[in-house]
Amino acid sequence: MIVTIVVELEDKPGQLLKVIEPISRMGGNIISIVHDRHRVTPMKKIPVEFVVDIKSDRLERLIELIREAKIQVRSYNEMRLLATESFLLIGHIIHTDLSDTINTIDKTGFAEVVEARITMPKLDEPSTALITISARGKEEMRKAVELLKEVCERKNIMVIEPLNDDLV
Amino acid sequence: MIRIAILGFGTVGRGVAEVLSMKRDVIERKIGKYGVVAIADSRSSISGEFSLLEAIAYKEERGRLPYDKTPRELLDEIDFDVLIETTPTDVKTGEPGLSYIKEAIRRDADVITSNKGPLVVAFSEIMEMAERHGVRIGYEATVGGAMPVIKLVSRELAGNRIFRIRGILNGTTNYILSRMEKEGMPYSQILSEAKEMGIAEADPSYDVDGIDAGAKLVIIANTIFNISASLNDVKIKGISGITPEAFRVAGEKGYTIRLIAEADENGRLDVSPRLVKLTNPLAIYGTMNALLVETDLAGEIFVIGKGAGKKETASAIISDLVDMYGRNNRTG
Repeated sequence: MIVTIVVELEDKPGQLLKVIEPISRMGGNIISIVHDRHRVTPMKKIPVEFVVDIKSDRLERLIELIREAKIQVRSYNEMRLLATESFLLIGHIIHTDLSDTINTIDKTGFAEVVEARITMPKLDEPSTALITISARGKEEMRKAVELLKEVCERKNIMVIEPLNDDLV
Repeated sequence: MIRIAILGFGTVGRGVAEVLSMKRDVIERKIGKYGVVAIADSRSSISGEFSLLEAIAYKEERGRLPYDKTPRELLDEIDFDVLIETTPTDVKTGEPGLSYIKEAIRRDADVITSNKGPLVVAFSEIMEMAERHGVRIGYEATVGGAMPVIKLVSRELAGNRIFRIRGILNGTTNYILSRMEKEGMPYSQILSEAKEMGIAEADPSYDVDGIDAGAKLVIIANTIFNISASLNDVKIKGISGITPEAFRVAGEKGYTIRLIAEADENGRLDVSPRLVKLTNPLAIYGTMNALLVETDLAGEIFVIGKGAGKKETASAIISDLVDMYGRNNRTG
């Protein structure tokens, strides 16, 4: 699963490592680190946001390890996916490595493919997939869709976008 | 008397002439006396005193009009108040309609057109010229046939901010997609049937590649958002890659596929096949056209109607004529 962990670090060398090291030890994969020096806390600490892909049963242990390193964990939670949309892909989806197409979205850290239904056609005919993407918000969804279209254009797969029905 | 010149005497031009003749009483009650003083097609013409119904019969029997004067020569010679321009559409050059329209404006005549080409190629040029000469341009017939679109967004919804429009602006593609959805037949088979039925042209690319819908989108977007977009500004994707399986997979999730033209206030201009919820008003069937307009005050407005046809296009042209010359509509 993908989690967001926000820690508060002192502004001195070596602090980041105290968080990265336990993540690595627990087999977590860091997707992004946002290090915002402009939002210093009243205690002169810097909030840093990690997005990490980690097995769900290891999350609690990871948080313990970070705290043991005397790092304050401000919050941690599973990434909330707020926007969901479905897309239809038509083309040689399997031959062009479907898992690579899906990974492109999952790798972003802000969006993931939550469902994929593929129909297998006759040999050498185009196949169809309906994939559902969830993202953290509308802007993230827009970026994920751009990525999907880029990959599919390269692979000569037709992407049929939904009408987002938010107003209807 | 309102003096009318008709340039272009194919299906649409003849349809208008028929209505002007048959419904004279009804129309004259609204706009007063009128007369058609000249008609021309690409190679022949008639002008002066003549019967409209005889001119139609002459053209239908012999494929031409009695005299050899060209549209150009006619424009030079006759005096008229309004040009009804129904020549064939060329979305690349806008010709020959564009030259005729400009010439009419130069002579301080109002113009009503059913021809998308001139407006797609030179929308703002035509509008600016018309403003300088103090004449009016009616182009309801260029978009969505009889369905009210142009006057809806520029008059009925005046005072609204329009955020976005989405529509089905091409009947041929909607017909093909509806049948793929209902019957599960492949695209190529339905296309060839549509050709036999006269719903699709022998060369269907203008429709199925989304160019026709793109041209109409340009005209609507320029009208609403006050931009001067051309066809090159529209991202266009046609329907030829769509498979019956795609409809089946989409259907399992409660969707269908339609060719949707979309424009919004941020400059998006897009024609592409889209997943449409089966409950969405845009999930329409057959050769119908539809438009959904999203506004701040009026909320959502939805119109639906026949997007093409002789009578339907004539209806839109007559509506522009009555709008321009009507005695009781001093709103414009």
